[in-house]
Amino acid sequence: MRNIFIDELILAAKKNKKIILIVNDLGYSFVEKFAKMFPKQFYNAGVAEQNMTGIAAGMALEGCHVFVYSIGNFSTFRCAEQIRNDIDYHNLPVTLVNVGAGLRYGNLGYTHHSLQDYSLMRSFPNMLINSPNNLTETKSCMRYILQNPQPSYLRLTQVKDHFIEKKTPNLKPGKWMPIIEKKGSNKTFLTTGGLVNLAKKLLIKKKFNNFSIFSLPIWGMKHKERQIKQIKKWDTVFVLEDHLEDGGFGSWLKESINNTNVKTKIISKSISEKVISKAGSEKYLLEKYFLKFFD
Amino acid sequence: MNILEKKLAKNLRKNILQLSNKAKSSHIGGCLSIVEILTVLFSGTLKKISLKSNKYKDTFILSKGHACLALYCMLYEKKILNKKTLFSYGQNGTLLMSHASHHVPGVKFSTGSLGHGLPVAVGSALAAKLEKKNRKVYVLISDGELNEGTTWESLMFASHHKLDNLCVIIDYNKIQGLTFVSKTIKIEPLLKKISSFGCNVKNIDGHNIFKIKKALILNKTNKPRVIIANTIKGKGVSFMENKIAWHYKSPNNVELKNALEEIENA
Repeated sequence: MRNIFIDELILAAKKNKKIILIVNDLGYSFVEKFAKMFPKQFYNAGVAEQNMTGIAAGMALEGCHVFVYSIGNFSTFRCAEQIRNDIDYHNLPVTLVNVGAGLRYGNLGYTHHSLQDYSLMRSFPNMLINSPNNLTETKSCMRYILQNPQPSYLRLTQVKDHFIEKKTPNLKPGKWMPIIEKKGSNKTFLTTGGLVNLAKKLLIKKKFNNFSIFSLPIWGMKHKERQIKQIKKWDTVFVLEDHLEDGGFGSWLKESINNTNVKTKIISKSISEKVISKAGSEKYLLEKYFLKFFD
Repeated sequence: MNILEKKLAKNLRKNILQLSNKAKSSHIGGCLSIVEILTVLFSGTLKKISLKSNKYKDTFILSKGHACLALYCMLYEKKILNKKTLFSYGQNGTLLMSHASHHVPGVKFSTGSLGHGLPVAVGSALAAKLEKKNRKVYVLISDGELNEGTTWESLMFASHHKLDNLCVIIDYNKIQGLTFVSKTIKIEPLLKKISSFGCNVKNIDGHNIFKIKKALILNKTNKPRVIIANTIKGKGVSFMENKIAWHYKSPNNVELKNALEEIENA
C-alpha cells in the first residue's frame, strides 16, 4: 500500500509545488525517491512529532497540503493535541499517514501496534479516516484526499493481494463498496483497513458462505448519518476490524443507528485486548487474538 | 515613544482593565505585560496587504492565547473589531472567548494550549521561504511556554532551516501559573541557552517602544530572531505589578477605578 501512496504523492507533487511530505526521521529506503525528486517539498522534522505536526499545520495554514508520514502512534497519539487544536479545529489540509495499521509491526511490540488509532481519530469532527482494504482502494483514497484537501488520516498496511483494478473506483466518504455481492444474501461482512482477504477466507466456512462482502474505506464522524440507509438493507452486518473494540470501527457503526428503529443486527469482531504485551508476526498475532473467535 | 503610540498603549490598558472587570476574566497580568509589544507590532511592523487594507501580509500568532484580551483590544483600536463585538468579550454566546480564536476577524490562529503557536509559526515561515515570499512571521510566546518541549524542538528546527523570516518574542515577565519562573523550572541563562540553539537573540526592555521596534527589524542573518522581552507582569497598575495573584484575578469595581486613574495619570 505504501508504494501506491508514494507513487500517487509523486504524481501530485509534480503538478503542485504545495504538496509537502514531512517525516519524523523514518521511512528508510522509501522516502528517498520523493526527497530526491522534490528536495524543497520534503522535510525530515527529526524525532520531534509534536513540532512536526505543528509545522504541518503552519504550512497548511499558508496553502500547502502536507502529508505527515510515520508509524502508528507517532503520528497520532504522540501529537494528539496538535491534531485536535491545530489541524482539526482549523480544518487544515494535513494528511496523517500511518504505515503500520493494526498489528502490522507485530514483532516490534505494543509501542508499535496501532490498536486504538480509530478511537482517537474518529473523535475529531473534521477528520476524514481513510483505511483502505486493498491496493485499488489505496489509490482511490489517495486520489480522493488529493482532490479534497482536508484534515485526513490514511491508515496503511501490507496486503498479499497485489491486484489493482484498471479503473480506479470513485470513493465517497461513508459509502460502502461492494467486494462480493451474493444474490439473495441478507447478511454481509463489512470491513475496513486491510481485512477483505480475511473476509474472503471466512466465506469458505459453512456459517458464512451466504454472506456478501462490502468495505468502507472512507469514514469519520461527519459520515455516520449515511450509514443508516445502508445498514437497513441487511438482516446482519458482520464487522471486521484490526483494532480494539472500544472506540473502534464496529462501535462507530453501532453508534450510527443509536436512537433509530433499525432492526439490523450488527456483530463486530475486533482484536482482543489480550494481545497487549504480546509480540510475534502479524499472522501469528491475528490468528491467536482475532481469528480464534471464528472457530 | 511618540504620542500616538503612547495613546494606543494607554487605550489598550484601559480597555483590558474594563473588560477583565466586566467579564471577570483571568490573565490580566499577562495582558498588561505585552501592551508595548503589541503596540509596536501593530504600528507598522506587521506589513499590510495594502495601505488601505486592514488585512496583514505578515503573520502574527499569539501563542500565549490566554492574553487574547490584549489582542482583541488592539484589533478594536485598528478598527478590525467593532465596539459591540469587543464588549461582548467573555459573555454568553460571544465570539470573543477568553483564549485566542481564529473565528475572530484578525486572529490568524487559535491558541490556548501552550507550546502550539511556535511550531505553527515555524511552519508558516517555512512556507513563506518555499514560496520565496517576503513575508515575515512573528510569534509571541509566554515564559511559561519555555517549559514546553515543543518550544525547543521548534527553535532547533527553525535554526536548522535558517528561518530568518521568523521572529519569536518571549514575554519574559518572570511569573507563570503558580509561582515565579525561577522557582518553577530553572530557565537561566536564557540568552546563552537560546543563542546556543543557533538563534539571533536580543535581550531588551519589553516596555521600551524604541528598543522593541529596533529588535523587530529582521535582517538576512540566516538565523531566526528571538527577542527576550523583559517585561513586568501587570505593568502599569502598581498594585498588580509582579504579583502572582494577578495571573488569575480580575479587578473589582474599586480596583478598576484605582487602576484606571493610575493609567490615566501615568
